[in-house]
Amino acid sequence: MATTGERRSARRDRTKKRRRITFLGVFGELSITAGALIFLFLFWQLWFNDIVVRAEQNSAAESLSESFIEAAQEGPATEPTEPADPAAPPIGQTAGDAERFGVLTIPRFGDDYQAEIAGGITRARTLNTIGIGHYLTTQAPGEVGNFAVAGHRTTYGKPLNQIANLRVGDAIVVQTAEGWYTYRFRTLEYVTPSAADVLNPVPQADGVEATDRLITLTSCSPMYSAAERIIAYGVFESFTPITDPAPASLELPEGDG
Amino acid sequence: MYGALWRALPGPVWVRLLLVLVLVAAVVFALFTWVFPLVQELVPVPDVTVEE
Repeated sequence: MATTGERRSARRDRTKKRRRITFLGVFGELSITAGALIFLFLFWQLWFNDIVVRAEQNSAAESLSESFIEAAQEGPATEPTEPADPAAPPIGQTAGDAERFGVLTIPRFGDDYQAEIAGGITRARTLNTIGIGHYLTTQAPGEVGNFAVAGHRTTYGKPLNQIANLRVGDAIVVQTAEGWYTYRFRTLEYVTPSAADVLNPVPQADGVEATDRLITLTSCSPMYSAAERIIAYGVFESFTPITDPAPASLELPEGDG
Repeated sequence: MYGALWRALPGPVWVRLLLVLVLVAAVVFALFTWVFPLVQELVPVPDVTVEE
């Protein structure tokens, strides 16, 4: 039978053993910490931050949309460019690098989905910070030719995350200071990253005179990869002046969901 | 390392647990707010544009 003294000294030994900090012990704990941090970062980048940034982009786009309407009520600040053909829509005003000029609404992407459109396609100045970027060399909304824009499909608020969910006939609405340009989604395409001809006035055709008004959305494909690009084309359907009530194309048709 | 931290915390077990939770929350907040946005710039993100 152990005496009280022996038991006490045994406990002291155990405590001493537990308290010793070894190099291997610290290294192990640091490794576990590093692993946990990597998972935490992935959780933040692929889920948490997208929700936060998506909400910010939605509300920023909403206030830009409202500012267009308010500016129009106070009187036209900029005369819309008069089209040669009176039946044609006015040509939307685009803007230079990193300047916001429009709002993209795609009802298929969700009830409150909206994204700001700015000039240029740099990641640092437009895609990562604002949302949708306009290829500066392409045409303007409502103009005969191709209004081409790019956006992230994953991370940074992923404005084009659901691009592959578009169904033929879905509305793609671009609002500028002039009004709403409703395009209808027509087709998806997967191309190599160097297929810059999707931006042509007539996509993938060289030296052909354009007669249609098109919109082209580009994003990465497959998701999380830079191997290919996913391209969505839409065809212009109608123009709603900014002074008119917002068009019905901003909502999904009833029973469609 | 973490064992030493646990022993450095004062009070009974439930107070220490509370303190650990507060510390972890503070670290996560700092990471989410300041560190991860900087790290994100360094992590490659797929290109979304076409170009020649």
